[in-house]
Amino acid sequence: MPDILSGLKLFKRELTPAQVVKKSREDRFMAREIIDGIFTEFVELHGDRLGGDDMSIIGGIARLGTMPVTVIVVDKGIDIHDKLSKRNGSPEPWGYRKAQRLMQQANRFNRPIIMFVNTPGAFPGKEAEAQGQGEAIAKSILDSMKLTVPMISIIYGEGGSGGALALATADQVWMFQNATYSILSPEGFASILWKDSKRSEEAAEIMGLTAKDLLEKNIIEYIIPESRNHPRVFNLIRKRLTDEISSLNQLTPDELIVKRRNRFRAF
Amino acid sequence: MELYSNKKNDTSKIKKDASVNDRIPDGLFLACPYCGAQMYNKQLGKYRVCAKCGYGFRLQARERIELLTQNFEEMDADIQMDHPDFPGYAEKLKRAQSQTELAESVLTGLADIEGERVALGIMDSYFMMGSLGSMTGEKITRLFEYATAHRLPVVLFTASGGARMQEGINSLMQMAKVSAAVAAHQEAKLLYLVVLTDPTTGGVTASFAMQGDITLAEPHALVGFAGARVIESTIHEKLPKDFQRVETLLENGFVDQIVPRSELARLIAQIVRLHTTEAE
Ligand SMILES: [Zn+2]
Repeated sequence: MPDILSGLKLFKRELTPAQVVKKSREDRFMAREIIDGIFTEFVELHGDRLGGDDMSIIGGIARLGTMPVTVIVVDKGIDIHDKLSKRNGSPEPWGYRKAQRLMQQANRFNRPIIMFVNTPGAFPGKEAEAQGQGEAIAKSILDSMKLTVPMISIIYGEGGSGGALALATADQVWMFQNATYSILSPEGFASILWKDSKRSEEAAEIMGLTAKDLLEKNIIEYIIPESRNHPRVFNLIRKRLTDEISSLNQLTPDELIVKRRNRFRAF
Repeated sequence: MELYSNKKNDTSKIKKDASVNDRIPDGLFLACPYCGAQMYNKQLGKYRVCAKCGYGFRLQARERIELLTQNFEEMDADIQMDHPDFPGYAEKLKRAQSQTELAESVLTGLADIEGERVALGIMDSYFMMGSLGSMTGEKITRLFEYATAHRLPVVLFTASGGARMQEGINSLMQMAKVSAAVAAHQEAKLLYLVVLTDPTTGGVTASFAMQGDITLAEPHALVGFAGARVIESTIHEKLPKDFQRVETLLENGFVDQIVPRSELARLIAQIVRLHTTEAE
């Protein structure tokens, strides 16, 4: 078989869960690129108003088409220095509190909230614990259950544990084709359950962490097909966000809340 | 309500076979897991507290019911749910059930604490480390829903090693499911009181353990989100002795009061009464 053909086949073939895990950790889509590719007039807003500003969470207001929206994006960083300062997308408690502030602000101005998640999990640090990492995540989830504006969360890389759920307690959760969403990393899973982190590939197989697995279990509503043509991906997301938000906007605030709570009640 | 009519136990019917008190002979020598002090089992007294530092030894849910309540009617004792077909999980569950005489890692019901009626939940760290399975989440969710419908305060004793790995993403979803029920209970302007007990970690800390209106804690209980070993290997630093102990959480503003085990019932009842308006 000519090389070009086998290469094509390889590309089309479905990836194994372990391959998806690897891909989800590659920098396929960058936070700023997503913001600029989908929205216009982005105005970045900093700080949690409690004493911190976590750079691993980019937040602000922008337009989706003509509609003002609040955008919250987990950023893993670009170069090594950037990645270190953002702990590869692992937010500190003040990152979640910054997100909470922006969510409350969105609610006040009746702006839909659109979140993009790419995190291995909340940062496991000394200061993070001292500042209440658990409380910060708990409050993000609880606040999200009370907001009366449409909320859509899109996992575009890793969706790691409670640190991801804090920004994925929404009316709809979507995933990029090669993203993952799981209770913890396959390495952590293997080391806790089998005391052997080297069995991570095996763990990935049984964890059901791919977008396809999660769509089947109704954990997510939609899979975004990936392409090297990023503008095409962004156009698709913009179109779908516009459609879904306009249909969520048909609901009364009470209906929206009940629907969101019932979405999670089913588990 | 039909949901809760399946089985109601009062305290007199609760078997005591599994009680730590009965399993450990009085003459046995124990070391306090917190301060290391050595003592005879019987020196722990009925509250099972270290005589030197006040640390409360881990209790089974049914033991705590006896210490805390005058009357307890269990809810959802026979609850059944489909569990994921994870290798070895069914056997593990069965073993935990027979060891603790609980259906899941939380015991829920209606209780009288010093004369105050509350919806009470007690997590049991002896049941698969108190991990958060779908049935754990379901029972706590139903407890909140019942309390909201019947205008009762919720008192929840947390104890958990974190997620139920065998249930994967469903375990994670429990954090959101319970939070939705907490939100509805809050909106009804009802009291949610949390008592943090040793150990409370992971997904439970990152959800309903940290959503109470009032948060009490037992002395020296370990409460945190990430595991100490994970943190140490991330930051390459040894953690101080009182890291993630509730005394540190109190200092940092995440706990209202640290309360000796023997004082809990009285204080809970007092707080509940302070939330009862004249009209009720
Ligand atoms: Zn002691």
